[in-house]
Order: sequence, then structure tokens, then C-alpha cells
Amino acid sequence: MSTTTTSITLAKISMSPRKRLVMIGMSLVAIMSVTRLWTGFDNLTSSGTIGAALRLTVPIMLAGLAGLWAERVGILNIGIEGMMILGTWFGAFGAWKYGPWIGFLLAILGGSLGGLIHAVATIRFNIDQVISGVVMNLLAFFGVRYLSELVFVGQPQGGISQSPPQSFAIPKIDVPFLAGGPVGSSTTPDALGWLEERGWFIIGDLSGITRGLMSGLSLASLIAVLLVPLSAWVLWRTSFGLRLRSSGEAPEAAESLGVNVIRVRYIGLLISGGFAGLGGGFLSIISSSYYRQGQTAGRGFIGLATMIFGNWRPSGILGGAAVFGYSEGIKLVAGGSITGLFLFILIVSAIIGLISLLQRNIKRGSTAIGIGVIALIAYLTVTEVPESLTQSLPYVITLVVLATASQRLRPPAKAGVPYRPGGGH
Amino acid sequence: MSDTAVAPSGPLGKILTPSRASGLRTSGTTLASSLIAVLIALAISALMLFITGKDPVAAFTTMIDTAKNSDKLLEMMRRATPLIFSATAVAIGFKMNIFNIGVEGQYLFAALMAAEAGSHLSLPGPLHVAAILAVALISGAAWAGISAYLKVRKNVHEVISTIMLNYIALSFIQWIFNSFFRDDSVEGLNVKTTIIAESGWLPDIVEGRLNSMFIIALIVVAIFWVVVYRSRFGFKLRASGYNATAASTAGISATKMTVIALLLSGAVAGLVAMQSVLGETHAYGPSATPIQLGFAGITVALLGRNHPVGIVVAALLFGFLDSTSAQLQLAEVPNSIVKVMQAIIVLTVVIVNEAAVRRANVRTAERARAELAAGGAA
Repeated sequence: MSTTTTSITLAKISMSPRKRLVMIGMSLVAIMSVTRLWTGFDNLTSSGTIGAALRLTVPIMLAGLAGLWAERVGILNIGIEGMMILGTWFGAFGAWKYGPWIGFLLAILGGSLGGLIHAVATIRFNIDQVISGVVMNLLAFFGVRYLSELVFVGQPQGGISQSPPQSFAIPKIDVPFLAGGPVGSSTTPDALGWLEERGWFIIGDLSGITRGLMSGLSLASLIAVLLVPLSAWVLWRTSFGLRLRSSGEAPEAAESLGVNVIRVRYIGLLISGGFAGLGGGFLSIISSSYYRQGQTAGRGFIGLATMIFGNWRPSGILGGAAVFGYSEGIKLVAGGSITGLFLFILIVSAIIGLISLLQRNIKRGSTAIGIGVIALIAYLTVTEVPESLTQSLPYVITLVVLATASQRLRPPAKAGVPYRPGGGH
Repeated sequence: MSDTAVAPSGPLGKILTPSRASGLRTSGTTLASSLIAVLIALAISALMLFITGKDPVAAFTTMIDTAKNSDKLLEMMRRATPLIFSATAVAIGFKMNIFNIGVEGQYLFAALMAAEAGSHLSLPGPLHVAAILAVALISGAAWAGISAYLKVRKNVHEVISTIMLNYIALSFIQWIFNSFFRDDSVEGLNVKTTIIAESGWLPDIVEGRLNSMFIIALIVVAIFWVVVYRSRFGFKLRASGYNATAASTAGISATKMTVIALLLSGAVAGLVAMQSVLGETHAYGPSATPIQLGFAGITVALLGRNHPVGIVVAALLFGFLDSTSAQLQLAEVPNSIVKVMQAIIVLTVVIVNEAAVRRANVRTAERARAELAAGGAA
């Protein structure tokens, strides 16, 4: 199952022409549609699933972007999880005291504080970046526990591992006419919802997917998703971004051209922490209405994983986060009964297998067919997938991608390598 | 993050494999710099307490008072025991320049396997315990073996693979525990595997206070010292960890050393929860078996600078800090400050140490330059 998703993701991230991407996307929707009609497993492309998938994608995506901004300037960030924890706490605190927008601001600042500590330790004092990240995670975990004990204990419904609930929420949008949102005080038709209910081949699926993105859409999700193209634009289209990336690719060369690598790395880590904090804030403000210990549940590491097999690119991170968000979303909506998904994987891997065999790529073909057989057995025998096993999916996929496709990945050349100004003569 | 992303002889190498000639002076400076670092960390913690409106003096007096209580000293040793195993496991990896972040997953997997195996066995006393320990060692090594395979065959960096395997272990353990190993006859929330028969219990040294696992921990540390610092194998391991390329010209295979180091590290990690399994709960349980000890082990190894003596001292220090938390709570100081303090201590120790190493390097370079100049003049 994992490799199938893998090859899909790889197809997306390999710099193939846009046309091919659209074609692959459309054929996936078509296969999903066939599976849905065959099994009657409507949740595969229902707007409910897609909506949940989007909400679950955003924090992972933000964590991935946090990793991107750090590694692009040349610093490994194992501490994303910790910075996210700071974000959940400060976000919940701000949202509880002053409302959700201040909450987000504090979440970003809290994450940046973590980024600053990581920056001082790794840039100013040059300690090992992995060690600093690991300590960051511990510091954040217990630091917010200490803060909770000071601030939340004694408040109504608050405690050492939980904040009091927030009373305000960020507005949610239903797009008028397409997803039935209101215009002024009058209601509009829910066109996509109507189409989705008909359930026609492909049209029903496309409507479900689009409606999922357009109804109950939190303003925060929208802003967060826009940060992906924004990151891409800043990093690849501005001179500031060029300086950032050159600090991660060739700091000595950048220095010789007058780039203040130290400063650039500090900025990169502050932004990285900010993204992680925002991701944490999303969890404690949008996904729920309070801070809870362990709320991040390893999403910082999943984000790190999406960054790796998103090949250190914003679009790849979005794709990877969407795969995880989708698989979490469908689990949430459909419970453990996701047998339709097995059929989908079976069809996809059979097609990939056949094409590969026709192209005489025996290795890929046999792998795909092998996965297809596993999916077939699972489809025929398994009625309910244990929650505890599906949880580990992102981590398994990451290891499989790293083990099978690491030649196609290209990390920033000097990520993880300590740097001292004037050291490159 | 491929192999190229992490410098093979980066600062990790510098911290972990001090290679200066005069061992005595080195350990002197090490001790001094560690002490300075701990003092700085205590100052930062005091500042934190002060800013958040708590009395640092009261907090520290409470902690020192705890040390006067002999029961608390036993508790310190009991709490240090798993940390010694976990830190030793991390240190074995560091000696080969491998960062095993996966101790957490390795020991939890080993704890479940050992507890389950132990509940099925009926052997005479010492043999039963030995069999459980063997299962723990093998299971820990097996889980670490996945990372070893991925590293040497698939070139996946161990930092990433061990992180991912931690999470995979958690779900995998949860699944097998709930589906196969759980003792359903027990009511309530505190579910466990079937309790191990009494022949598989490891006796306490001090009844109810300290288990003999503490002795085993000291033995393992001693073995660690002999193997790493006094055996031919240990020399190869450290040589390869310090500079794999140079070592390979001397016929030391980096691949082989990597595999052995990770397997040994995982095996020792397998013992982390054995104090709980053999001496306390006699079973594995999601809420009964202690967690987070793998990460704590990383901090203890860093604080103890991967040296056997350092690890024991650091584990005892952290065990002592942990043992004060109940008293702190009574004195109305939030006891999470203890854990925060530990993280700050580790961060300052690593920073101060890095600074000390850099200063020593600069001094060596200056001396060499001076000697060269003198030689040139002559």
C-alpha cells in the first residue's frame, strides 16, 4: 500500500510537465470514482472526507514548511515537534485570553522563540543540530507543562495538561452558490452538494472534492494553504530567497558574495519556528478549542517526513501532507471500515504494474503487482483496520520512500553542516 | 536527509570522541566545564522560577533537604537505573558516530516482548530471569536492527529512521498488545500482559525501595567500559566512529561497525524497562510501563559525555532531581521545573563543552604555529 502512494507522490514531485500531472490526477479521480460506484463506499470522495482531510493536512503542511525554511538555510530542525508544542500552548493561551487572532499571533511568537533557542545553540554556539533539536523537544514539552501548572491549574476545566476552553472561534466560510453559503441574509443553492448527492461517475466525485474544500472552510486554513505558494515565491523568486537558499547550498560562496550567512540563518530559523508555532496554534485553536498535552502527536515529525519526500520543495510538502491528511481524514469519517481504499490501491497498483511491465521495468512492475496482491488479500479478508496500525502509516511510507527513492531526493547541500564566517578559505 | 546532509565528522564527532593526548588533563577540564555548565543551568532555572513568581531559594533548599533523607537516596538510585541503561545504549551509538534516537521504541518493544515471553515460561528462578533478559536484549537489538539495515543497505540516515521507528513501534506495540497479549481477565483501566510467575521476579536489594536491576546496570556499564575502552573491538569501533574513511584504510569496515554498534545499542536499550518488568509490575502495561526514558537517556549520555563514569554520575544526578519532585510540589513549586532544569542542564553542558573544545583547538593551533616559527628560526 505504501509504495503505491509513494509512486504517486513521486510522480507529483518529479519535475514532470504540468500536463502529465493533470492527467495522473484525473485518472486517480476516475479510479476513485469506479471504486466508489463498485463498492458503494461513498466516503472515498465525499465532501465530508475532503473537508476533514484539509483540516488534518494544514498542521502537517505547516510543520513541513517549518522544516523547509530551516533546512533551506542549512540547519536541520529535529525540534519542529517542540516548536509546535510551544505553538499549541501559546496559541491556546492567547485565544483563551484575547481571542483567536491574538492566539495565532502568540502561537507564531511561541514557535519563533523555540526557533531562536535552536538558532542561538546551533549558530552562535555551533552545537550539533540534531542534539539541539532533541533537547528543544524535551524543553518545550516540559516547559509548557510548567507554564500550565502556573497559568491553567485552578481555572475552570483547566489543569496541568489542559487549558480552559476558548469561547471565540475563527469564522468558517461556505462559498455561495457552489457550497450553499449565504449572500447577505439570503441563502443560496448548494450546487456542488446537489451534484455530489446524485453520485454520477466522476462528476459526483469532483463535486464532492471541490465542495469539501469550499464548505465549512476555516479562514485560517485558507491563509495557511496560501503560505505554500508564498514560501515558494519568497524562496525561489526573490533575492532574499536566493540569499536564504545559498546559505544552505554553499554558505562560503554566499559569504564571498557579501551575504551575511549568520543573519540569514537566524532569520530562516525564526521563520521556521513561526511556521511550526502556527501549525501548533492551528491544532489548539481550529482543530480543537483548547490546549491538551500531547496534542501535536508527532505531527512535527510527520512534517519533517513530508519535507523529505516532498524533496525539500513547497509543492512536494503540500502533496505529502495532503496524502497523510487524506488518509487520516478518511479514517476519521469512515471509522475503521476503509475496505474501499484497498480496492482503490489494488486498481492503482495493478495499472502501475501493467504499465511498468509493458515498459520492461520488471522491478517496479513486480513491486506494484506485489502490493496489488496484498491489497487484494486485505480487501477480501480485512473488515476493519486497527486504528493503531493506520497511525503508523506516515512513518512507514517515509522509510519506504527513503529506502527506495533516495537517489531522486536532493536535500540542500549544506544542511546540517556547521558554518563559521571566514572558515572557507 | 541523505548521508551527505550530516557531516560525518561534524561536531558530533568532536563532542563524542575527544582525541587529545593527555587523558588526565582532559578529564579535569571536562569535569570543570561540566560543573560550570550545571551551575549556569541552575542559575537559568533560578531566574525562570523568579520570573514566574516562585522563590528559587525555597526550591533549592527543598531539593537539598531531600538529599538528607536516606529513603530518597534509594529512590535516586532506583530512578537512575533505567537512565543508566538508556544512556549507555545511546553512548554505544555515539562511539560509532551514530545517533540512536530510537531507544524509546527499542525499549518499549523489548519490554512488551520480554514480559509476554516471561509470562509463558516456567523455569527455575535464575534461569527464568535470564531468559526474560535474553528476550529483552534480542528484541531491542532486533528493532534497532531495522535501522541498521536501512542505514547500511539503503543509505537511510539513522536519525530519521530511528525517529520514524519510534512511532512505528508505538503503534505496533499498541496493536499486538490489544489484539494478542492483553490479559483480559483483569478488570479496569490498568490493563497489562499476564503477570510473570514469581520465579521470573528479580529480588529487591532493599525491600520495596531498590531492585537488583541497579547492580545489573552497574555491571552493564562496566562491560561497556571494558569493551569500548579496553578491547580491540572497542578501539576499532571508536576509530571508525572518529573517522570512518581513515579506519577503513586500516581494514576496519564501517558497515560492520555500524551494524554491530546499532545492534549492541538496541540490545542495551532492551534492558531499560526491565526494572519495571522484572522488579515492579512483573508485566507490560501501557500505563504501567514507564515511557520517555529513551529521550531522557539521550540527555544523560550527553551530560555524562558518553563515558561510563560520567553516565552513572549523570544518571544519579537526574535520578536525584526526579526524586525531589514530590517534595517540591509540597513546597508549592511546580515540579515540572525539574524536567525543565534537566533539559537546560544538557543544553548548557553541550554548549560549554563545545566552547571548551574550540578553545582547546585554538590553543593547540597557536602552539603549533609558535613551534613552527621557532623551528623555522632555528
